[in-house]
Amino acid sequence: MLYLLSFLVLVMLCVGIAIIFVKDILSAVILSTVVSLIVSIIFLFIAAPDVAITEAAIGAALTAVVFVIAIKRTKIKETADKE
Amino acid sequence: MRKLVSIVLLAGFIFYFATLTGGLMIPSASDERSSVGLDILSRTADETGSANAVTSVVVLYRGFDTLGEVTVLFLAALGISVFMKSTGGVRKKALDQSFILKTGSRLLFPLMFLFGIYIITHGHLTPGGGFPGGVIIATGFFVVLLTSESVEFNKTVMSVLEGLAGLSFIGLGLVGLFGPDNSFLQNFLPLGDFNTVFSAGIIPIIYAVVGIKVAAELSSVVFAMKESK
Repeated sequence: MLYLLSFLVLVMLCVGIAIIFVKDILSAVILSTVVSLIVSIIFLFIAAPDVAITEAAIGAALTAVVFVIAIKRTKIKETADKE
Repeated sequence: MRKLVSIVLLAGFIFYFATLTGGLMIPSASDERSSVGLDILSRTADETGSANAVTSVVVLYRGFDTLGEVTVLFLAALGISVFMKSTGGVRKKALDQSFILKTGSRLLFPLMFLFGIYIITHGHLTPGGGFPGGVIIATGFFVVLLTSESVEFNKTVMSVLEGLAGLSFIGLGLVGLFGPDNSFLQNFLPLGDFNTVFSAGIIPIIYAVVGIKVAAELSSVVFAMKESK
């Protein structure tokens, strides 16, 4: 149990560091949802399924939604300015 | 500078990792600090009729906090809508994504909607409830919106649903004032059979209302963000 949790936290740490170094913003957003998903799995293992569901829905889905809309909007404006 | 920031972040993560693994090793003892939780666990089935103890705390024991949370979410959604409307401009012609994405999202949407409704209606039996269920429904709307931009949604229906849901939450709480205990958000309905869908008095009704409100609010936030330019 402890080894599993340690492994999950280690993966989360690696993904978290990767977010800083990734060049593409969209990839960074997707990596941050991966962090949220791992957090929700950890919540599930430490017997907090309610928190896990909320974290998966809000952290992984809705936060990514808001970021994706922001990226989409700004990119459209950038290409429009160039033309 | 960048390397320094990375090292500081890394050190922070290592510290967090160490405290997390250390904290997990401590067994939860039944001392004074955890006696509130044990008390609630032993009383919740008889007092509220809810199989999920977390839900009984969120909706009944701390129902007033939930009302505050819903209000905070409402104000945030209102702020985003007002801000996005003030920066409105000329919209370009909408572009749809590829056929496969469009069809896939339309296949996925009913399943997500159904799953959200399941999460909301079984909030007092299994993990979940109004907030996560509402967010799942709103995400389902967004999946359709992201792939087919030409889809239009009726904003008036959303606002009416949201307002009605908020009013009925407060109304249900006010009905409790005339019950035997004369307290706000009191469980005045019969508890029913334990561990069935129609049980636990007003808990499923309140969670359904919260779910409708959260789904309508977050969907209108996403629409507002999508439509602003």
